[in-house]
Amino acid sequence: MTDVALRMMDARAFLIRTFHALRGDRQTPIVPPGNVAGRALTTVIAIMTFLAALTVGAVSLVSDTAARWENDISDEITIQVKPADGLDMKTALETVRQIALQTPGVRGASILDQTATSQLLEPWLGNNIDFKELPVPRLVIVQIDSGSPPNFAFMRDELQAAVPQAQLDDHRAWVSRLVAMARAMVLIGLFILSLVVVATVLTVIFATRGAMSGNRQIVEVLHFVGARSSFIAREFERHFLRLGLIGACVGGILAMIVFYLVGALTQSNRLTPEADQISALFGSFTIGWSGYVGVLVLLIVVAGLTALTSRLTVTRHLAEIDMISPVES
Amino acid sequence: MIRFENVGLRYDMGPEVLRDLTFEIRRQSFQFLTGPSGAGKTSLLRMLFLALRPTRGLITVLGKDVATLSRKDLPSIRRRIGVVFQDFRLLDHMTTYENVALPLRVRGKEEHEYRQDVIDLIKWVGLGERLHALPIVLSGGEKQRAAIARALIDQPDILLADEPTGNVDAPLARRLLRLFLELNRSGTAVVIATHDLGLMDQVDARRLILSDGRLEIYD
Repeated sequence: MTDVALRMMDARAFLIRTFHALRGDRQTPIVPPGNVAGRALTTVIAIMTFLAALTVGAVSLVSDTAARWENDISDEITIQVKPADGLDMKTALETVRQIALQTPGVRGASILDQTATSQLLEPWLGNNIDFKELPVPRLVIVQIDSGSPPNFAFMRDELQAAVPQAQLDDHRAWVSRLVAMARAMVLIGLFILSLVVVATVLTVIFATRGAMSGNRQIVEVLHFVGARSSFIAREFERHFLRLGLIGACVGGILAMIVFYLVGALTQSNRLTPEADQISALFGSFTIGWSGYVGVLVLLIVVAGLTALTSRLTVTRHLAEIDMISPVES
Repeated sequence: MIRFENVGLRYDMGPEVLRDLTFEIRRQSFQFLTGPSGAGKTSLLRMLFLALRPTRGLITVLGKDVATLSRKDLPSIRRRIGVVFQDFRLLDHMTTYENVALPLRVRGKEEHEYRQDVIDLIKWVGLGERLHALPIVLSGGEKQRAAIARALIDQPDILLADEPTGNVDAPLARRLLRLFLELNRSGTAVVIATHDLGLMDQVDARRLILSDGRLEIYD
């Protein structure tokens, strides 16, 4: 029989097996479905995927939070008007607001009213003080277009000319510090993530090779009864892909449950002062879609890696037992 | 079918364990391969079923020079050679039926095509009652017969058996020998590696005797 004909038969066998598997009419798998090494491998994969998925979630959380800080702060600037003798605060605030609104790059401007100003100062001064008698600076909040921000130097000059007591604060120092810190946190997170992923990859490779060593005899028997290398590799690849998928899904789904529970817990505790502080820093503490997509990608990578490692191990073992030269061996 | 010309084999840089082997396994022939322990019978068998490449000389299997064969050519040749290993090499998670059917399964045949043939062969080797038993519950002799059935299931052109009667009592050994002779009459060339003189004396067959790495042939 020619080589092409044999390959056709192999392909036909693959189609027939797939058809039978879909019909639920299965023979005993050539690679035994469950043994101690297989269960240990699944457990190791589940644990490593769980840890890697948690890291993916943490990096995603930090990255999203950093982006939100940057956006929130750079979307808004404040103009402070200090009280001074002879200054009509109401007119000055309105003048400042008008100048701001006329500047290109500004989307809106609003005066922070007396009550809101009092509330801002309450944590420091208490609520038993009559703020009307105190020389409290007032604020104009200006929303800017972060895509094409206004010329701050020009705006500052305009304000100085019209209302000398007005002071523009574009939060630039804050923004640059926060952004630098947030980027550093993301970089550290990515570094830790890469370490965890490398550790996961190595663990999966070594655990798969360990589990494979118990199946050497099967590889040899299949080989000497005339199975093609591609057939043997495919049988092992399918078996280990299944083990990898089970382990990775268990680890990944557990990590997603943890994300969800932590998110739900911080939502329900929002009224407490501690949770309020956490919310101020991390927002709602929920993992965005990028975190969940990252975990899904991780699952596929881990399962694929398990299958690939088994294929490479089988192929290498076959090369070792296939027509070896005693001198080379 | 298989031809050796001045074949030599050495492991690493050691001395030659097999020297100047020149012989032929003819179509439908029956022969014993014998010699003292450590004479190189298993090494010679490994060269016969393409698991070992010689360090010198020419081996032709089924008309092909093995030195020029690539790895992808080997399965199609191995499918025409049946091998019975000394340690049986049955798969422990499969029943007798599944072990015997394995060569047909890896060739891509559908179960309904071969089911009856496998059952008939298992009955022929006397394991009809052990069809669905796992190897762990089979005796040494039963494993031996299951291994023989697996080697025969696809009607190979050549059958190579390494000490096939090593684990069985004398009556069963005679029965297995009759089985090999019957197979040979149906057209398969048979090579039985053994040091059981009693077994060899029962048949007037060609003997390949390995001694000190050299081969003597008694036709």
